[in-house]
Amino acid sequence: MATAAVMTTLDPKSRAASRGMSDLAIRNLFIIPTIVFLIVFNIFPLMYSLGYSFTDFRASSPAPANFVGLQNYRELLNDPFIWTNFAITAKYVIVSVIGQVIVGFGVALLLNRDIPFKGLITTLLLLPMMLSMAVVGLFWKLLYDPSFGIINYALGLGTFEWLSNPDMALYAVALTDIWMWSPFVMLLSLAGLSAVPKHLYEAAAIDRAGSLYTFFRITLPLVAPILMIAIIFRTMEAFKTFDLAYILTSQPTTEVISIRLYKMAFQEWQTGRSCALAYIVLIMVLAITNIYVKYLNKVKER
Amino acid sequence: MTQIELRGVQKWFGSVQVIKDLNLVIEDNEFIVLLGQSGCGKTTTLRAVAGLETIDEGDILIDGQTVQHLKAAARDIAMVFQSFSLYPHMSVYENIAFPLRATRMNRAELDSQVREIANVLRIGDLLDRKPSALSGGDMQRVAIGRALVRQPKAMLMDEPIGALDAKLREEMRAEIKRLHLKQGSTTIYVTHDQIEAMSLADRIVIMHEGVLQQVGTPNEVYSRPQNLFVAQFVGSPVMNIAAAKVAQDKDAATVTVEGAPQGFPFPAELLGKLNGSAGKALSLGIRPEGVLVEHEAGDGFVPAEAHIIEPLGSYDIVDLQFGDQMLRARTRSGFVEKAGSRVYARIDPAQAHFFDTASGQSLGVRL
Repeated sequence: MATAAVMTTLDPKSRAASRGMSDLAIRNLFIIPTIVFLIVFNIFPLMYSLGYSFTDFRASSPAPANFVGLQNYRELLNDPFIWTNFAITAKYVIVSVIGQVIVGFGVALLLNRDIPFKGLITTLLLLPMMLSMAVVGLFWKLLYDPSFGIINYALGLGTFEWLSNPDMALYAVALTDIWMWSPFVMLLSLAGLSAVPKHLYEAAAIDRAGSLYTFFRITLPLVAPILMIAIIFRTMEAFKTFDLAYILTSQPTTEVISIRLYKMAFQEWQTGRSCALAYIVLIMVLAITNIYVKYLNKVKER
Repeated sequence: MTQIELRGVQKWFGSVQVIKDLNLVIEDNEFIVLLGQSGCGKTTTLRAVAGLETIDEGDILIDGQTVQHLKAAARDIAMVFQSFSLYPHMSVYENIAFPLRATRMNRAELDSQVREIANVLRIGDLLDRKPSALSGGDMQRVAIGRALVRQPKAMLMDEPIGALDAKLREEMRAEIKRLHLKQGSTTIYVTHDQIEAMSLADRIVIMHEGVLQQVGTPNEVYSRPQNLFVAQFVGSPVMNIAAAKVAQDKDAATVTVEGAPQGFPFPAELLGKLNGSAGKALSLGIRPEGVLVEHEAGDGFVPAEAHIIEPLGSYDIVDLQFGDQMLRARTRSGFVEKAGSRVYARIDPAQAHFFDTASGQSLGVRL
């Protein structure tokens, strides 16, 4: 009886509480600002720049935009200099992502055991990732300095030129990127490694598998899906890289596609053309990501 | 041909001693079951033999060679885990082939061995499946196949069927027995299920709190338990244990359990056999089938009240109240029709066990 009484007194109250705001209202409260934000700052500019990419619009001139059809795309795709920029970007992506995977996964393997101060070490190793790109670029510029940089001093390289050396500059930028983003790969790898059940290693030991065999047949296949995700993220980021390369050097050999795009848009003011280039880059990133995702699904299936 | 020997094995986890001075010899082709409650050290013992766990003192010998310093891989012992531990990303075929590939066997021989073992285990048609697509019983078969395929010196099984449902457990139990008889390898099997232990073992090793309690054939540990722990751990339903007093009554003996108004008659020779333990507090142990129940009073029968009746199909377990003492009896099903009935019971002296209450040790009295 007592319970029933409580129920009847509580019930209208709780109904009143929910009357204040329905589920639908709450949903809209959370979602609508996000949608508005997305439309204003992402979708609208995306569509608008798609429109510009078919014109000869220059943001620096008052002349109205003229529709030129596919001319921007045709010219860009036939421009050997643009392809040089893409080649530089590809080289940068390959070096930087492979470097990050090797360093990140290697460190994760070292950390994936019982060592003292594991948490502290992991946190400290994550620091580079938390710094701002501009800060990292500026202080690596100092580290690389041929006359007073600590890198040459530590490696005993004398006045070896890193950033002003056209053959070396791109690798120097990639090295900085590896330093900064290996922790990201490490973090994901560590999550993947610790998710491999310990009893599988015991079973492998009983099955007389050596440590290399265990690594290639058990560890790597089971970590592969999450490692693939790390690689997808890093490839996309490396493909779009701008700040690091822009701050560290101004060599033609480090002019990755984003820098070319930036110059085209804001130094040469070829707004229409740069919009077309941005779209070409976007399509390429999407294509690469798709290939990875296909591969990821295959890895997951195994 | 593999003999495994444990000599004075000790193991601590921090300040807790999980294995206390364990000595055991396992003969070639023998099926040994380590039986005990969880936390009794049986799994740790098994893992120590496998090489997954180090020991703090003592020796582990395989065929006369000390192996406690060798890694698991060097001991050439196979193990079936409770969690099966199948490699989730490999097909059944690859799982079974794994130990052979790890030792770089040539491809043709590997293939024939994998298929042969798969046929023995009746999983020949599942070779392309992933473990996640298998039933519990089939997963277990694959795990056993992976262990058997390389013809190891010995097989270790850690509660291999503990995760399966009751019906499947019974089926797999029979299958493990069949496989052992067919393949005949030295086997150590860990379980907490005494029915599994009784049905599979050549010899049962009962452990409690890291201490070996008794080693013997299933029949020995059942009919001649060496102490109160074994007496109550082996056998279902559990053996009745009651504090008891033995007295002389003319030319016979009487055993009176504490709380009961009347004693049970025993042959006079009991007195002579108990002579050595005069003055000690005794416990009587009697399995439910040793408590004989009748509807009519008879010679040596003591009146009792049927308290609770548990029908178990082929037989009933009846709780009999003797004064303040309760003894469980096994009767024909439906023999006692309803709770509260008056019945008469006596104890079969041949099935009675006597223990020293203080030490828990059996007095070894057989009538």
